[in-house]
Amino acid sequence: MKMSRTFKFVYKLGIMLVAALAALLMASIILWMIGADVSQTFYTICFLPLTKTLHMTEVLIRAIPLCILALGISIAYRSGIINIGAEGQMAMGVLAFTAVALAAPDLPRPLLLPMALLAGVLGGGLWGFIPGILKAKLKVSELLSTVMLNYIAAQFYTFCLRVLMLDPAEKMTGSGTPQSMRLTANIELGRLSGRLHYGLFIALVLAVLVYLLMWKTTFGYKMRAAGSQDRAARYGGINVSKYLAISMIISGGFAGLAGGIEIAGVHRRAIEGVTNNYGFSGVVVALFGGLHPAGIVPASFLFGLLIYGSTLAPTRVGVPANIVQVMQGLIIIVIVTAQMVLSNKYLEARMCRRWNALFHKQKEVA
Amino acid sequence: MEHITKRFPGVLACDDISIHVGEGEVLALVGENGAGKTTLMNILMGLYQQDEGRILINGEEVRFRGPEDAFAAGLGMVHQQYMLVPNMTVTENVALGYQQAWKPLKLDLKMVRDRVIEISEHYGLQVNPDAYIWQLSVGEQQRVELVKTLCLGARFLILDEPTSALTPQETDELILLLKRMKDELSIIFISHKLNEVKALSNKVTILRHGKVVFNGETDDYSPQEIAALMTGHEVQLPENKEPDMHGAPALVLKDVCVRSDRGFLALDGLDLTVHEGEIVGLAGVSGNGQRELAEAINGLRSVERGTITFFGVNLANKNPYYVIDHGMGYIPEERNVEGIVPPFAIRENFILKDSDRERFSHLSFLKKKSIEENAKRLRDDFDIRCPGTSTSAGSLSGGNIQKVILAREITRAPKFLIAVYPTRGLDMGAIEFIHRELLKKRREGIGILLVSEELDEIINLSDRIAVIYKGKIQKVLPHAEANRRNLGILMAGVNEDE
Repeated sequence: MKMSRTFKFVYKLGIMLVAALAALLMASIILWMIGADVSQTFYTICFLPLTKTLHMTEVLIRAIPLCILALGISIAYRSGIINIGAEGQMAMGVLAFTAVALAAPDLPRPLLLPMALLAGVLGGGLWGFIPGILKAKLKVSELLSTVMLNYIAAQFYTFCLRVLMLDPAEKMTGSGTPQSMRLTANIELGRLSGRLHYGLFIALVLAVLVYLLMWKTTFGYKMRAAGSQDRAARYGGINVSKYLAISMIISGGFAGLAGGIEIAGVHRRAIEGVTNNYGFSGVVVALFGGLHPAGIVPASFLFGLLIYGSTLAPTRVGVPANIVQVMQGLIIIVIVTAQMVLSNKYLEARMCRRWNALFHKQKEVA
Repeated sequence: MEHITKRFPGVLACDDISIHVGEGEVLALVGENGAGKTTLMNILMGLYQQDEGRILINGEEVRFRGPEDAFAAGLGMVHQQYMLVPNMTVTENVALGYQQAWKPLKLDLKMVRDRVIEISEHYGLQVNPDAYIWQLSVGEQQRVELVKTLCLGARFLILDEPTSALTPQETDELILLLKRMKDELSIIFISHKLNEVKALSNKVTILRHGKVVFNGETDDYSPQEIAALMTGHEVQLPENKEPDMHGAPALVLKDVCVRSDRGFLALDGLDLTVHEGEIVGLAGVSGNGQRELAEAINGLRSVERGTITFFGVNLANKNPYYVIDHGMGYIPEERNVEGIVPPFAIRENFILKDSDRERFSHLSFLKKKSIEENAKRLRDDFDIRCPGTSTSAGSLSGGNIQKVILAREITRAPKFLIAVYPTRGLDMGAIEFIHRELLKKRREGIGILLVSEELDEIINLSDRIAVIYKGKIQKVLPHAEANRRNLGILMAGVNEDE
């Protein structure tokens, strides 16, 4: 049976509309229960950030680390390892970046910035390599090792910021925020508009590179084979444990780079809480984007929008950020469910027959 | 079942099929892979809903919304893949579906256990109700499935390829058992193996491409006639009646010892030689070291002792890449998870072993065009039925998956070929095709080690037959001396010479 283009379009649109309505309805009920202005809240979260350049740049600076992290996570996922340790890897990247910047503040920018970013990559890569090699050689579950390494990284990060890298000025003023001193201007990434920095282009270039690596090279072919069915890959002469470990180094390296870029572009010093749960949101973005760069780029924009929207809601419409997070959770679950429904070919075929029956009947009447 | 029609996206799986089975009758449902047999049975069991047509039981129309309704109507099915929980006992597995035992807050396991014993005694199905499933052999697990189905009160049994995973002895036992049971039950029996169909069934229905092409009394037709009706053309399995080709030793195993996954010695001082241009059949009941032998040769399992000499190079404890690089071709036992990467496109699976070679990539960038050309050529040469070369290999039927593997392994121009259970679970047409390809390779002077538990296959194709038993070669017979009887005795571990 042939499915007409019109049917496919109507079918997809129909399901997305139903999903959007369901999400809207559920979120509205929650907002109504806390007595908020429902329509105003939705406007603030979903549309207001798109209306002004300043808001747009804020959305984008949140999308940049999400995109880079999700790209790295997708590489690991495609290679058969679920990296939920990106949060820790990002923190290690921030530390390595900051350490280089603090150690050699006088080097010229063309030398120092790449060196510091490379240090970030290496820091994150090392943190990714540990669970990678443990899984490859000893079959240690990555769910366990990456989460545990997140704890260690988080504590190490705090230790560094409060002891080793603590801003000397902090001892005098005592603002209470553990942070490093402001880093030299030689590590700063240039800015386009507002706080939006050149990391945007780095993220987009990386997306293209990841696509080429995973789908156009033998290297990516082998990693995907190892991840899809390790027994068949081993049978085919592919060194599965090698590619597993490499994929985790790359994944960690991406997380570390995201950390470095975040410091170089936005904060210009290491501050507590800089990782902002990006490592976990990155997993959602990667899955939501279908583990493919072409999906991850728009998905990271969408999540950047939601994250930024939740910071606006408390001041604009008096809805606590917590409630916005609840709504985000709902929206994500509904959209993912809709995607699964869309991929159900059986349902599509059945609906198509109904559609055809309906369509032909109308014709006869006419 | 009358006029059943079922559509899947892009396929018409069942096209106006009608069958009927009387009480105490055995209906054999035969047909090639993908002919719609399993789909039809899943509709009967309420797992799928038919798009058109109706099901009548004792003259009354029924409509099953799910398997529970089918159970309640006295239908029971033993699937190709057993639906048992490995780390539970036999009794616990039966209790899973046994409604009467589920009292509020309490599961009456003792009652279930009594029922298991009662049923197994009544039908002569020996099972230990307290054994864990993982402790049981495949044949025993099947008996558990049968007991489970009968405990649920089935009066009407559906068996989907019940013998595909059994050893020859277990198959004979099962056929005997079913013959006894058919006095009390009605049975639908799905099979590829026509001698079993002959031995067991009263009536036979043949499906092809989702349609009934034949209905008749089993006794009136020979297996050859049924095979011809099934494939639509005369099937003649080829035999190795060609002149002796054999040349220099290609693969020489000396005193090889290998451990199994569970730690015991699966190969215990095995010696075997295969020459160029000969097919050596390795006969044996599965689980006597065949899997470990194939894996050890191909670098997938470490070797404790001994040498595997392949054209002068020792392959013991080398990695798979090294073995492949030296010209080894390997058709693995588990085609669905080892022979192919299931989510990968067919064309991607064709380059599984060769993605690095200049033919398919340049400076590690894949050559899209030559990969596609290669895939199209292999698809046509090997008659792989698929919507396109970008179809995922895992969505193909078993016979077509095996053709993908065979095409890849043969066209890589190997110096040697190891084929492990190459035709297990395939239909006659596919078996014929694979046998012809293997013989063609032999004519080209390639040595082949053929591991199989189908004695007919081994006897038809092999120049020499080695019998494996408990990790040792029991005896090597030249083709002329081998027959079903003496091979069967050797496979059981009895060596007449000793």
